[in-house]
Amino acid sequence: MTDHSSLRAGARRPQRYLPMQILLGFLVIYFLVPFWWVIVNSSKDAPGLFGGGNTLWFTDQIDYLGNLRQLFTYDGGIYLRWILNSTLYAIAGGVGATVLAVMAGYGFAKYRFAARRFSFAVVLGALMVPATALVIPTFIMFSRLGLTNTVWAVILPSLLNPFGVYLMHVYARDAVPDELLDAARVDGAGELRTFFQIALPLMRPAVVTVLLLSAVASWNNYFLPLAMLSDNRLFPVTVGLGLWQGIASANNAGTTSLWSLIILGSLVSVIPLIIAFFSLQRHWRGGLSVGGLR
Amino acid sequence: MTSLTEKRAARTQPETRTIRGKVHLREHLMGWLFVGPFGVVFLAFLIAPLAYALYLSLFQKKLIGGTSFVLFDNYVKAFTDPSFLSGAWFVIRFSLVSIPVQIIIALAMALILDSVTTLFARFSRLMIFLPYAIPTVIGAVMWGFLYSRGFGPLTDIFGLFGATAPDFLGSDLIFYGLLNVVTWQWAGYYMIILYAALQGVDPTLYEAARMDGAGRWQIATRIKIPLIAPALILILVFSLIGTLQFFNEPQILRYLAAGTIGSDFTPNMYAYQQAFSLANFNYGSAISFALGGIVFICVYAFLFFTRKRRSFL
Repeated sequence: MTDHSSLRAGARRPQRYLPMQILLGFLVIYFLVPFWWVIVNSSKDAPGLFGGGNTLWFTDQIDYLGNLRQLFTYDGGIYLRWILNSTLYAIAGGVGATVLAVMAGYGFAKYRFAARRFSFAVVLGALMVPATALVIPTFIMFSRLGLTNTVWAVILPSLLNPFGVYLMHVYARDAVPDELLDAARVDGAGELRTFFQIALPLMRPAVVTVLLLSAVASWNNYFLPLAMLSDNRLFPVTVGLGLWQGIASANNAGTTSLWSLIILGSLVSVIPLIIAFFSLQRHWRGGLSVGGLR
Repeated sequence: MTSLTEKRAARTQPETRTIRGKVHLREHLMGWLFVGPFGVVFLAFLIAPLAYALYLSLFQKKLIGGTSFVLFDNYVKAFTDPSFLSGAWFVIRFSLVSIPVQIIIALAMALILDSVTTLFARFSRLMIFLPYAIPTVIGAVMWGFLYSRGFGPLTDIFGLFGATAPDFLGSDLIFYGLLNVVTWQWAGYYMIILYAALQGVDPTLYEAARMDGAGRWQIATRIKIPLIAPALILILVFSLIGTLQFFNEPQILRYLAAGTIGSDFTPNMYAYQQAFSLANFNYGSAISFALGGIVFICVYAFLFFTRKRRSFL
């Protein structure tokens, strides 16, 4: 890859791309406008929000601290609970789904067991099953088991990630040479030790990618928790903010302060993910190319 | 322990069949050991719910007489139900417009970012990808604010030119309002996948093409795009599956767009309403299953028409 980039850089005259860079500039503005609006407007109090004036610029009163205090104390600090719930669902669902996907992907790629082709074809077919089509029957199954309105109702279905299995299969097939595994076996390493000490380190970029993709999927999930949970103390932040949005729209006049909570609440809720993405980007980019390439 | 290489050699030499048999037993066990845990989850949370949904969809609950087996009556009802049909028609129409728009924008951005290597280009790549990190619900909330007459900037901006702001939450423009939200949310993610695929292309190909007198446009259309066709097909399939299941964005925006987005706006919203607001789980399951059938047909039709290309499956 390093050879490629130096070759590319050598064959390039950057000034000819100025129109494209200007185009990129416009695109960046488009993609950042909603963030900018939220950043600006979460500094305002209710009169600033509704008093007309420039909606894309600050008012004289910049009151992030006051709004933050209101956000985290409203309704007994329910917002912080939602953030913690989201974190729990993202970590438990993400880690669990990743462990299962890594093992299954490796198993499919490196062992010729009975019914392997058939099972893998079924997993690939499952990529096309609409996830939301599963929510209604899962809800009824869980309600029979008394699992609805518990954290398990959200975490357990999140463990399923067929795309993660597909990604890990492709990556393990190409990045883990059979010869290396055989050499380890000849040296007397057991199958599990071979997996943990030889295969797993080689699969790391794809593991990080699958972890990030499944954690994001759990964090972003809305339909599943919306259906499964009725106690708002178990809500993730997506369902919680949706709830506030509904309340605020229903009685617009009475609860103007709720709007500023929703605005600041959306801003605060995206910060952890943005940090996770930027700090981990070196690790996941390598893995992401796999799914598209082959 | 007999190594796998020996086993592979054994495959071509029938006389060592005994060794092969032993290895196989062990390989079966280890293979299932690795795949098993996922298999359990797969059976419990995919196969079982699907089978159960199919079962539920064959029954009807009546006020008098209780639950009775009706075979495909729910499906007949769904495919003659104007609510389901208009929702299905909407998501199909929306897919036909929004997917090409997103993919063309993502492809253009990926091609630009593949050929521009400045610091600003790298910064843009991150910023364009940023919306993927935002939950779709929050994205819809944010755009809902920008669209709203009360505190969105559209009124001000159009006011500068003495025009009335378009109402993206009104029934005329809601299609475009949603199109914009979806494009904003997903184009960056598709761009990253296509960009990663482009980075994997061997640049000596471009050199060779340049020697033969190919311009940048020709290199892009004749070399780059055909080589990343598998990645394009992958994201097309995923966006198709996702768009037909459209739920989060219209569900959130319906609070702001009262009267424009009804509870049967998309099939998934309708299934949700039937199941969770009206406790009509049988009909809700039938709608989910019918939607799943539409997804399957659309995806297979798409894969069938593109199978000449190297598919990701």
